[in-house]
Amino acid sequence: MSEPAPPAFSLEPESFAFTPENLERAKAHIGKYPEGRQASAVLPLLDLAQRQNGGWLSRSAMDYVALMLGMAPIRVYEAATFYTMFHLRPVGRHLLQACTTTPCWLRGSDQVVSACKKKLGIGLGETTPDGLFTLVEVECLGACVNAPVLQVNDDYYEDLDAKRTEALIDALKEGRPPSAGSLAGRRGSEPKRAVEGAAPAAGDGAAGKG
Amino acid sequence: MLADRDRIFTNLYGGEDWSLAAARRRGDWEGTRELILKGRDFIVGAIKDSGLRGRGGAGFPTGLKWSFMPKESDKPSYLVVNADESEPGTCKDRDILRNDPHKLIEGCLLAAAGMGAGSGYIYIRGEFYNEARRLEAAIEEAYAAGLLGQNACGSGFDFSLYLHRGAGAYICGEETGLLESLEGKKGMPRLKPPFPAAVGLYGCPTTVNNVETIAVVPTILRRGASWFAALGRPRNTGTKIFCLSGHVNEPCNVEEEMGIPLRELIEKHAGGVRGGWDNLLAVIPGGSSVPVLPKSICEEVLMDFDSLAAVKSGLGTAAVIVMDKSTDIVKAIARLSKFYKHESCGQCTPCREGTGWLWRVMERMVKGEAEEEEIDALLAVSYEIEGHTICALGDAAAWPVQGLIRHFRPEMERRIKERRGSAAGARRAA
Amino acid sequence: MPKLSIDGREVEVPAGVTVMQACQSIGIEIPHFCFHERLAIAGNCRMCLVEMQKSPKPIASCAMPAADGMVIFTDSPKAKAARHGVMEFLLINHPLDCPICDQGGECDLQDEAMAYGFDRGRYVDAKRAVSDKEFGPLIATHMTRCIHCTRCIRFLTDVAGVEELGATGRGEEMEIGTFVERALGSELSGNIIDLCPVGALTSKPYAFLARSWELGKTESIDVLDAVGSNIRLDARGQRVMRVLPRLNEEVNEEWISDKTRFAVDGLSRGRLDRPYVRRGERLYEVGWRDVLDLLAQRLKAVPGERIAAIAGDLCDAESIFALKELMKGLGAFDLDCRQDGAKLDARQRAGYLFNTSIAGIDKADLCLLIAANPRFEAPIINARLRKRFLAGGFRVGAIGAAFETTYPVENLGAGGEALALLAAGEHAWAKALRQAKNAMIVLGQRALARPDGAAVLAAAKRMAEDFALVREDWNGFNILHKAAARVGALDLGFVPPEGGRDVAAILEGCRRGAIEVLYLLGADEIETKDLGSAFVVYQGHHGDRGAERADVILPGAAYTEKDGTYVNTEGRVQRARRAVFPPGEAREDWAILRALSAALGAPLPFDTLSALRALMIEAHPRLEESECLEPAPWGAFGVEGALSPDPFAIPTEDFYSSDPISRASPTMAECRRVFGMGSPPARTGTHG
Repeated sequence: MSEPAPPAFSLEPESFAFTPENLERAKAHIGKYPEGRQASAVLPLLDLAQRQNGGWLSRSAMDYVALMLGMAPIRVYEAATFYTMFHLRPVGRHLLQACTTTPCWLRGSDQVVSACKKKLGIGLGETTPDGLFTLVEVECLGACVNAPVLQVNDDYYEDLDAKRTEALIDALKEGRPPSAGSLAGRRGSEPKRAVEGAAPAAGDGAAGKG
Repeated sequence: MLADRDRIFTNLYGGEDWSLAAARRRGDWEGTRELILKGRDFIVGAIKDSGLRGRGGAGFPTGLKWSFMPKESDKPSYLVVNADESEPGTCKDRDILRNDPHKLIEGCLLAAAGMGAGSGYIYIRGEFYNEARRLEAAIEEAYAAGLLGQNACGSGFDFSLYLHRGAGAYICGEETGLLESLEGKKGMPRLKPPFPAAVGLYGCPTTVNNVETIAVVPTILRRGASWFAALGRPRNTGTKIFCLSGHVNEPCNVEEEMGIPLRELIEKHAGGVRGGWDNLLAVIPGGSSVPVLPKSICEEVLMDFDSLAAVKSGLGTAAVIVMDKSTDIVKAIARLSKFYKHESCGQCTPCREGTGWLWRVMERMVKGEAEEEEIDALLAVSYEIEGHTICALGDAAAWPVQGLIRHFRPEMERRIKERRGSAAGARRAA
Repeated sequence: MPKLSIDGREVEVPAGVTVMQACQSIGIEIPHFCFHERLAIAGNCRMCLVEMQKSPKPIASCAMPAADGMVIFTDSPKAKAARHGVMEFLLINHPLDCPICDQGGECDLQDEAMAYGFDRGRYVDAKRAVSDKEFGPLIATHMTRCIHCTRCIRFLTDVAGVEELGATGRGEEMEIGTFVERALGSELSGNIIDLCPVGALTSKPYAFLARSWELGKTESIDVLDAVGSNIRLDARGQRVMRVLPRLNEEVNEEWISDKTRFAVDGLSRGRLDRPYVRRGERLYEVGWRDVLDLLAQRLKAVPGERIAAIAGDLCDAESIFALKELMKGLGAFDLDCRQDGAKLDARQRAGYLFNTSIAGIDKADLCLLIAANPRFEAPIINARLRKRFLAGGFRVGAIGAAFETTYPVENLGAGGEALALLAAGEHAWAKALRQAKNAMIVLGQRALARPDGAAVLAAAKRMAEDFALVREDWNGFNILHKAAARVGALDLGFVPPEGGRDVAAILEGCRRGAIEVLYLLGADEIETKDLGSAFVVYQGHHGDRGAERADVILPGAAYTEKDGTYVNTEGRVQRARRAVFPPGEAREDWAILRALSAALGAPLPFDTLSALRALMIEAHPRLEESECLEPAPWGAFGVEGALSPDPFAIPTEDFYSSDPISRASPTMAECRRVFGMGSPPARTGTHG
């Protein structure tokens, strides 16, 4: 995945500190791990910091997490640059993450990416001038039977094609995002038409009861 | 075809509620206390007898793996559940996590009781944000109901279960890479030996199991090892969630009996190959890492560990990626090479350097911008990676390319010749 | 003792060794890059793959413990193919710019490529280019050459204890660096140049100066601190081009400090290369004969009790002995070697040695630092302390101002009170000291170089005795020296007799006119601004503080230009060896003193260095070079007295400028500029 290029807005801030609510959350994360193993919380805390910081990690945020966990800053930089969900440069309000790995590609991810590009006038790794959208290519999102998939911030939008993608972007622009999941009307990973036997009879407590 | 009564995941599609109350109605958390009280040996014995093999890809016998955990240790023992589902084509664990989380949670408790683990961590891939929130809520329910924590289920066994979110790295699906990540480091796989059962999380005895593996444990223990073992074929027992993606009419996840013929699986559950069976080009039967199979092999092959190994592929995660005749098969595999290049952690030489090499040559192969000898060189490079790396990602990067060359070499040669022809034509025209 | 078969030969090896070590034990060398016996095992380069029977995949021999019944093939087609493959991968993105690479000729990759490389490449796509990193004034980077073995990261993190270097990014985009640009804040950073198996990390000051095969190599001893690190001097023509560590398990293992390595360019700056005589404000060049005659006349005109001599920190034992003999001939006995005024007691050797020994630190379980900062006074000893800390079960406490360390240190107080309390067994730490099996006390020079220094020494001695730190099997009493010459000079008794003048008194004597001639043998760490009307002779190699005030300058030889004996802080007698000749008219110091004695009409009884050395050893047998350390007998030293509550000063300020050579070194000057204060910065990172 290519890292989004820096757009014109907010750059490296002076300092970073968790809000009181996030500080509580951070403590809860740290509390999951044994005494002296607080470094385990580095990914959750970086995620928390990124969310608070508008979707990207500034150096001061990484240093803050390092200090909180008693880690050398370089170890935090290593983690922040290793995991693809951390962004070290600002991203748009809606981070469009198009899966293009083979299962999605077979189902038309090229069309999804083209629709995004066309609709937003940006390429992969770019952010719209208004700072609303950043488009990136990602590897397999693990929703392959609902391919192609576009992840927008935390939500998966599934069973896409060019038209649905465009409609989705419109909805995002208008601030009324559809609920996450299939945009083709599927509930989950079931076949479109329930094939006899494959879909368990709903509510039949006896079936397969352990 | 699997009978409904033998189905384990009765809420795979989320038709019912995921919550504890609904899960209880489906039979989860029934008699858990008694199962724990039957003791460690019973649990491990039953899983051994059931023939359950790991559902994460490698297919290692689960009961045997558990038996490696020390009976006595001055260190705490850990159960770690691998919910870092990232193998292209695979999306089965996602359904368990979001629609049947209590199967997994109960499985964690029973597995932990079986191996004497006092705490467990479920490592879920970071992208599964909504699934993580769902699972977190289910864990909270279980704590609130006394099913987890001190004296879990009233069994006298103490077990704490935590959810840990990853942050985007396929390699964290490798068990030691996962442990490194869980410790707050880059997900770089460890050298083995020592194995996690001896030196795992925080240097303590640890077992890492796939979500599906753990989630089937309660049902196996309740219905008996022999029930599970009677499904499928010897050494390949039980049921399995298959993910049917790609060029099928109705992509879906489905729980089926192990050993179901591939063709039956596709036609019965996924509405058949797009354009009919004869329009089939090839199938990757077990997630992106396993070698592709041409249609000829797909006709007869059974979907289990041994049958697929016999045709030089593998069951892997049982993620079936179907490609019809419209597919640019070289590009489909080249895209996987790009995936492995992107996901290589960079730690060891053959994988760090080799995955990029494979990908670059594959990109040229797509367009035929290569010499025919380069196909042999490509194959040779794949063998220079395979088996020489710290973890199996190197192998996983090599196999798709090897499968392609094994079955589709003429197509690669055709492109090279075509390209050369058109280049010569262009020269003549100029 | 596992028994295994390697290439058809049965081998029995100690439990716990790796397959690679087992192979090495029968002379089979396994190629490797990432493995280094002093670093954590990484197993990432995969060059050391060997075939193991029953294993479908070849195994990394550096990481695999040798086990009973293993059948290993190091030379089978499978093993060879694996290595050829790894070599090919390492080379596809390597620039192959050996002709312009400083590592050329001493490059592991180059060497192994001779054995395992193909004669042509099959990789035709674009090669990776990696931007170079800025690591400060000492280390040049050429990151495109990097093979990601991570030795540098492991060294800095584990051995140096400075967690600043890492590998960011992943896959083929993984890069070694600090991520946030900064000079590496370690006083041991230069070792990563040696560790780097390719030319990714090279010496910045040495860049493009020489090829390794052009250099004459001389095995010697470092004198820029009192550790006595074993070094190799690489010289071309009349210039020492670089300094590298030599292996000595007992002393420096295979590390050296950045000062030891990089101060060497100070040897060709600010040198005294001919004799000078002061006339009025100016110094005039003169010939040797003239200067010695003039000096002889001056000395003969003064009674011995009005002559004094101070030996400096870099002097070899032979020249100190010669000076002492010369002074004896003149009837002068006000001699001293303790430039900093440390109240070291020359009577009892155990009273001024690092008795535990450097290697002995490995056996300690508790360490009390008193006004000592090993990180900057003796970085190599500090590395041992850290190594011991990493092994677990090691507690370190300190009396003195807080300072930056590379292991956790408990602060027990700032001044003499804390020491008094502890010595009296009334401090909370007394219990820890009592319970420790092998406790050690380390006294820094700052503890002794104060008015109550002798009392501090006595208190520490009493403490060592009371807490049973001095036993048949263990001596936990340690003096940490900074000056390479100090222990040798003390061994030679280069101190004033009872009631004689020590350094402070000599300087005072100069001011008051009681001392008319002051002979400085490389003494540059004293205050020379006000020496009254004393006639000052400076014999040494740099135009530093001593020469500034001198009336006569006798150009001597630096440690790289003479054979000489040095005794390190442990009392280890080692020999430095000449790599190049002194510049210009400069001469070896013993020879100058011998010539002066002849001019005085009383020639010293030796004509060669070996004759001098024989005499010296005859008079001081312990200065015989020896492989092993003799435990020094315990006895009386120090003077009991009141301890001042003043805080102990912790020396950190002068690491890069502790001696005339470092002060003349442009590289050390650059370090002072970059690191400020003369020391590497504290490990901040977060708030900087």
